[in-house]
Amino acid sequence: MTSEDQLVATGGRDNLTRRSFLRGSLGAAGGAAALAAAMSPLRHMDTEDFTVEKFLQKHYKEMSPSDMEAVLERIRGEVEKRYAIRPELRDIKANDGVEFAYALHLGRCIGCRRCVHACVAENNTSRSPEIQYIRVLEMPKGSIDLEQGRHDYDRPKVPDPDHYYMPIQCHQCANPPCVKVCPVEATWQEQDGLVVIDYDWCIGCRYCEAACPYWARRFNFAEPQVPRENINPNMAYLSNRPRKQGVMEKCHFCIQRTREGRMPACLEVCPVGARKFGNILDPESEVSQILNNKHVFVLKEEVGTLPRFFYYFDEDYPRSESLVSLPVISGGGHA
Amino acid sequence: MKMYLRFLWRCFRLSFVGDWRYYAWMLLLSVIVLLGLNAYAKQLVYGLVTTGMTDQVSWGLYIANFTYLVGMAAAAVMVVIPVYIYGRRELHDLVIFGELFAVVAIIMCLLFVQVDLGRPDRFMHMLWRFNFPVSMLTWDVIALGGYLLLNLHICGYLIYCAYRGVHPSRRFYIPFVFIAIAWAISIHTVTAFLFVGLGGRPFWNAAIIAPRFLASAFAAGPAFIILTLQVIRRYAGYHVGDDALKLLRNIVTIALTVNMFLLICELFTEFYADSAHIVSIKYLFFGLHGHYGLVPWIWTATVLNSIALFILYLPFRRSLRFMNIACVCMIVGIWIEKGMGLVVPAFIPSPLGELVEYQPTLNETLVCLGIWAFGLLLYTIFVRISVPVLTGRVTADDASESHSVPR
Repeated sequence: MTSEDQLVATGGRDNLTRRSFLRGSLGAAGGAAALAAAMSPLRHMDTEDFTVEKFLQKHYKEMSPSDMEAVLERIRGEVEKRYAIRPELRDIKANDGVEFAYALHLGRCIGCRRCVHACVAENNTSRSPEIQYIRVLEMPKGSIDLEQGRHDYDRPKVPDPDHYYMPIQCHQCANPPCVKVCPVEATWQEQDGLVVIDYDWCIGCRYCEAACPYWARRFNFAEPQVPRENINPNMAYLSNRPRKQGVMEKCHFCIQRTREGRMPACLEVCPVGARKFGNILDPESEVSQILNNKHVFVLKEEVGTLPRFFYYFDEDYPRSESLVSLPVISGGGHA
Repeated sequence: MKMYLRFLWRCFRLSFVGDWRYYAWMLLLSVIVLLGLNAYAKQLVYGLVTTGMTDQVSWGLYIANFTYLVGMAAAAVMVVIPVYIYGRRELHDLVIFGELFAVVAIIMCLLFVQVDLGRPDRFMHMLWRFNFPVSMLTWDVIALGGYLLLNLHICGYLIYCAYRGVHPSRRFYIPFVFIAIAWAISIHTVTAFLFVGLGGRPFWNAAIIAPRFLASAFAAGPAFIILTLQVIRRYAGYHVGDDALKLLRNIVTIALTVNMFLLICELFTEFYADSAHIVSIKYLFFGLHGHYGLVPWIWTATVLNSIALFILYLPFRRSLRFMNIACVCMIVGIWIEKGMGLVVPAFIPSPLGELVEYQPTLNETLVCLGIWAFGLLLYTIFVRISVPVLTGRVTADDASESHSVPR
């Protein structure tokens, strides 16, 4: 009799003999041991990141001021423990009457990548694996096709006379595809136009990274490493506080600076003044002046994301003193 | 209720009983599942750096398998439609095998999504802040969850009725069958929209993706069912007529033809216009600037699909052996087409024109194999349970009989 016949004959209850009992328990014990062995790498897991408190933490927009204060205090403690420094961490809200925009002078940029490194230092981004929010492309003159650009140019001296340089970072789009696709609303657009991420809410699906046409988002594929001595203690909840493995991050126009009236780190470090930043709701601001008077364009306008990051060319050519009349085309007329 | 619990208990017991081939097969699958689990545990500890994914190619094998399996799940309707819409009653029981297959495929889909997450512990955030209806991923969660419940209900109900020896009441399952048919189309369409909706990725941002998804799924899915039905017929002692296989073969032939036609449409549109939008597809088929990572894959897929199509249109398709070769060819061919051929190339080059190739790691591959083995394990158990129940060898009556025997 095969065991199946037995089973059928007894209606699913095979006779519980000592032998079958032993066999069953041996099987179960062996199975459990194999299971435990398979899951053994979990003993290296950093369990501090899985507390009940964190599990129950609310979404940024649902936290009351006291909830937020408790979370901030917890994060201060974590930073202090890991980096031996007490951070000045706060949640800075957007200011009324402010909408930020960035303008970058392509004629001036020399491709020195100082902005890239200033950003890393300011925003506590991982040194290993390396995460950088700004990517500078070395473009051949006469082309705006990004595929012609070089990402890994390495010259003893910049700029190279045959190239121009195009830094790209998050464009803080007014119609952001990354926000649209996020299944859990872990990323959203703030009142001042900045697209932010709640690192404690992100589930790490990387759909936003696939959606971004500017390749602005970066994922923490491993636990980010920042040397203790390099930590910037000036932190905000939605910007440069230390991130964890498995979540998304990106440029946020230095919320910890700009919402308190300072300039972004990438702008401050620029040796040639190619970077301009400010409030476009203020008509007197430098960015407003640039948007009104310069030859401004946005990258990939055809994807309809309405970036708040603008590129512009030199001076206000053609000048008014060089006006010429339009040629007359014979036989034709304007319909 | 007590009877139902007893039914579940007996199903559980049944899944541990079989001949040596059954034990060997289950042991093999269990070992692979454990290897996969081990790899996933490593990934949980060290992060997704254990995969071949990067910021440039941010989705890889996991999402590729997910996409493929959504199609497999949707394809179960191809067994259901002939029975309920065209009244091929003799195939009725096969519906259960088709839908069990759908259940398993959906469970595997959910596992593939879960392993792809950087923070799987936060999966519950979906419930608290659900970005519906804006995010297509939330649509997919609803579509997959709903489809899983529908199919669980239909198979569970039919099998339980067979167990009790009562005739299933049409009211309790026929409406669900029709909903499930429409729902099946929707799960794969929504999954296609997940990719299609991204304006920044020209390779995906094309209307042809959704129809192609359906066509290729309706080829690969029934092809897989053709093979499993033969395994069931041979090893589980359940009678499956050749008629059923022939019907499925016809479905597969049509679906594969449509898929190949749509491929030609796609290739023509891209390559004849020869605009800047074709870099990704150029990379896929011919390589770009000395990078040829996907070229062997896509040509393997194209050749396999062509062989399958060729076999299906020739007289010797009537031979089961050739039909099986065609089925295997297209299961593999379409897997490559959907995975390495659809998910990965959209990331290459990156939106900033950077060429970074994707190479799955061993760890990532083990996780994938683990999930596949788990799916097969589950399907084997489902078949193991449903065959004796459907053939009336295990019924409620003999349970109550044995119940009267004192322990």
